[in-house]
Amino acid sequence: MGRKLRMVAVRCALSGLTLLLLSAVVFAAGQVLPGDVGRSILGPLADARAVAALDHQLGADAPPLLMYARWIGHLLQGDMGVSYAYRSPVAPFIVRALGKSSALAAVTLALVVPLSVGAGILAASRRGRWQDRLVNLGGLSLTVVPEFVSGILLILVFGVWLRWLPISANTRPGTGAPEQLRHLILPALPLVLVLFGYIARITRAGMIEALDADYTRTATLKGLRRSQVILRHVLRNALLPTITVIAAQTSYLLGGLVVVETLFRYQGIGSLILTAAHGKDYPMLEAGILTVGAAYILSAILADALVAMLDPR
Amino acid sequence: MSPPALSLAGLSVSYGRTPILRGLSFEIAPGACFGLVGESGCGKSTAAFAALRALPPAGRVTAGQIGIDGQDVLSLSRAGLRQLWARRVSMVYQDPSRALNPTLTVGVQLAEAFTVLGAPDPMARAEAMLARVQVPSPRRLLAAYPHQLSGGTQQRVVIAMALAKNPSLLVLDEPTTGLDATVEAEILDLVDALRREQGTAVLLISHNLPMVARMCDRIGVLYAGILVEQGEAGEVLGAPSHPYTARLVACLPGAGRRKRDGPLQTIAGGLPAPGAALAPCAFAPRCDRREAVCLSTPPPERWTGLHMALCHFTPPFPAPPGLSAGAPAEAGARPVLAARHLSKTYAGPGGAVRAVDDASLTLAAGETLGLVGESGSGKTTLARLLLGLTAPDPGGTLTLDDAALGPTIRSRSRNDRRAIQIIFQNPDSALNRAQRVRSILTRPLVRLAGLSGRALTAALSELAQGVRLGEAHLAMRPRALSGGLKQRAAIARAFAGRPRVVICDEPTSALDVSVQAAILNLLAGLQARDGVSYVFISHDLAVVRYLADRIAVMYLGQMLEVGPAEDVLAGPHHPYTAALVSASTAATRIRLKGEMPAPGAVQAGCVFQANCPRKIGPVCENVRPPFDPDAVHPVRCHLPAGELPRVDRRLAGANS
Ligand SMILES: Nc1ncnc2c1ncn2[C@@H]1O[C@H](COP(=O)(O)OP(=O)(O)O)[C@@H](O)[C@H]1O
Ligand code: SF4
Ligand code: SF4
Ligand SMILES: [Mg+2]
Repeated sequence: MGRKLRMVAVRCALSGLTLLLLSAVVFAAGQVLPGDVGRSILGPLADARAVAALDHQLGADAPPLLMYARWIGHLLQGDMGVSYAYRSPVAPFIVRALGKSSALAAVTLALVVPLSVGAGILAASRRGRWQDRLVNLGGLSLTVVPEFVSGILLILVFGVWLRWLPISANTRPGTGAPEQLRHLILPALPLVLVLFGYIARITRAGMIEALDADYTRTATLKGLRRSQVILRHVLRNALLPTITVIAAQTSYLLGGLVVVETLFRYQGIGSLILTAAHGKDYPMLEAGILTVGAAYILSAILADALVAMLDPR
Repeated sequence: MSPPALSLAGLSVSYGRTPILRGLSFEIAPGACFGLVGESGCGKSTAAFAALRALPPAGRVTAGQIGIDGQDVLSLSRAGLRQLWARRVSMVYQDPSRALNPTLTVGVQLAEAFTVLGAPDPMARAEAMLARVQVPSPRRLLAAYPHQLSGGTQQRVVIAMALAKNPSLLVLDEPTTGLDATVEAEILDLVDALRREQGTAVLLISHNLPMVARMCDRIGVLYAGILVEQGEAGEVLGAPSHPYTARLVACLPGAGRRKRDGPLQTIAGGLPAPGAALAPCAFAPRCDRREAVCLSTPPPERWTGLHMALCHFTPPFPAPPGLSAGAPAEAGARPVLAARHLSKTYAGPGGAVRAVDDASLTLAAGETLGLVGESGSGKTTLARLLLGLTAPDPGGTLTLDDAALGPTIRSRSRNDRRAIQIIFQNPDSALNRAQRVRSILTRPLVRLAGLSGRALTAALSELAQGVRLGEAHLAMRPRALSGGLKQRAAIARAFAGRPRVVICDEPTSALDVSVQAAILNLLAGLQARDGVSYVFISHDLAVVRYLADRIAVMYLGQMLEVGPAEDVLAGPHHPYTAALVSASTAATRIRLKGEMPAPGAVQAGCVFQANCPRKIGPVCENVRPPFDPDAVHPVRCHLPAGELPRVDRRLAGANS
């Protein structure tokens, strides 16, 4: 157990280091990118003195290292700075956007995990038959369709033509949770389609390996019921790689959100970052990217912990 | 009379449409032990799975009948089959680490076997069962995960699980392949004792003929899914009635055979490919006795009493054509490689661990030094030290051709590096899976021998010819090759740079006897041609005896005995060597007390004291036994030379 704890500690320390590096890169990029902060806020016609005064007020004229130190110090205290564009603290924006993105990601995972794991298990138990080929081929072909293509197709079919699902992800304030969820299904579907193939195929491979394993035959020859063999001996081993893949795909999910959120005009963290980048709103941009990075690292750690719990090796 | 524990009658099995077993018939009496032998791929495992109705999904019984305790297995319902599995039959496979579920503790897995039987307090039963298979501290073991155990202990757990139900039939499929010699002997002793106690019938599958001969009452020989001979064990292997059996037995390096006595017999060709059309006698293409009738009429089952052979003819069979080979190299006197006082200490959790402790050895040109000892005794670490893959502790020296040799590969010149090469048990570790054999062999020729152009092409074809790989093999990737061909490719790779010394780490222990014989001949032939020296690591003493000029015995990092091969095996020898030698003979076995202690556990005195049946007393605990590496035959023991043990050294083997 001590070895595992040490591994977790090392892992966390490394993650912290990764985040620090990411912050440095993000910050440096903010310094190097062209454009003067005060100028971009006040517009091209503003007086040069007013621009300089604003720069000073925002701290944008300090030496870079000092600015970086200040920024990190504030971040550590939970202060993400003040948005250049909105002239108000960044944190609430990030929190709101993160909440929305999490809802979308949660809907996506809630749809894709049972679907794809189920399909993978089905394919493995019907190895070589049509169900297996359908899952394999279907998964493979869906995976290569870009989200904006499938997104537009889905909008046309389910939103415009069949009118089964709302096109916009946004709801009016005061809408109930079930209705909000219904609005998220269509935006989640393009992501579901891409992830389905990966997860289903890795599940299938894991299942087949575990079904063919000697220990499964050992369990069968003990005279256990088929259901006990599957539940106690097969699934646990078969799903270990699946868990790792799902966690790895979260990074993809975070990237895919940008496309989908833009397509469906959904104010999540992806579109927040995109807007901030357009408007050279560096505090917002930096905080957004760091948040995404942290979310990514967190999901990886969680998956590792889960695998470590299930796999004694 | 009670019905047989297992009876197969005309059993045929296919994978998909490929027939694998063809009309297999034999019976195992209650409590008897039946051995099934044959080259890999002949269908041994398939027969085992089919007998228990546990074939993989693609497998189908196409004809025949299976009876277990008189019950018709093929007509059982699902529930009936589960009852059969739960109460009457068990199976143990080759690799215990794969037979155990890696994510569940030993206790949970073992208790399941009792829960199924509806036994009260399954955990307590599990603990009692572990005690019966003689593992140290059964209670602690219950909470352990399989990966925390040694291979021997894992196999004991699997056996405990198999015997939990007190089965009437136990199937063992290569149960000790991959285990060390002494562990193998212990496991087989255990199976033998438990089976006599419980009256369990055993179907033992193995490619190790001497082992089967030792364990079984009757033996069946399988060729291409056909039982070509069966009968009483001693008779089948001692006086074979089928040409195939005779050739298999002749492949063994048994009866004190040495390389100077000439090459080992091999069997040309291989099993017919699965699905290929068979001649009326399946063995005809490889048979020396073949006549026209063999190609026109299927051979009859010739029964003499309880002995059956499927052949038109009766023994004696003509001796196979004598194999011509150059005389083996006479080992020169000049040392090629010498190591003095090599040690390797690793930092372990409980303090420093001496994986190799003050080892010295000398290797003459054209000489083979056999290195024997259990796993964990330091053989592989010593090999790595010689190769420069691991840096030794300060103080040791290595010399190559009387010149100092750098301790690590980085400190060695290109010439020194190519002078020492290695061949592994598993050739896959030396062969890049992505490349074709041709590029695998070309690389060291370019890099180590510095060849190019026409010289390169010539060297490549000479190299391939030397290990008898054809043009077609050169174009293949390793995974398309059989185990024996892969090992040839790995040997060719090792010989590409014209090495002075090749370290062979268990190069044949996973191979069939026929393939093993071919590889051993190849190694002996290359030695005669090039005058190369071998350090030959193996746990098969018959193989070591055949190839080695001298033998070194290692235990817990120390060399306990070094000397001329004949003398070391004949004795008088070190008490540990005596145990090793007796583990491979049919005669009464000298038993070791307990398992080998963890490296680093012995701080003072003799490293073998905890297990030594001849321990003298406090002197063994307090004083390091003397050892002079420069003597002809030093033995690291306090016993006076006249009192050292000697084992009846008749190596087991049907032809001895
Ligand atoms: N699951 C399987 N599907 C198809 N062919 C198989 C399967 N298992 C084994 N075979 C083939 O059946 C033949 C006999 O294999 P096996 O019973 O494992 O032999 P052995 O145990 O004697 O080495 C081999 O040709 C092998 O390739
Ligand atoms: S029947 Fe003929 S070919 Fe077959 S084993 Fe006997 S002698 Fe050889
Ligand atoms: S020194 Fe003592 S303990 Fe060691 S092998 Fe000799 S008799 Fe046995
Ligand atoms: Mg087999």
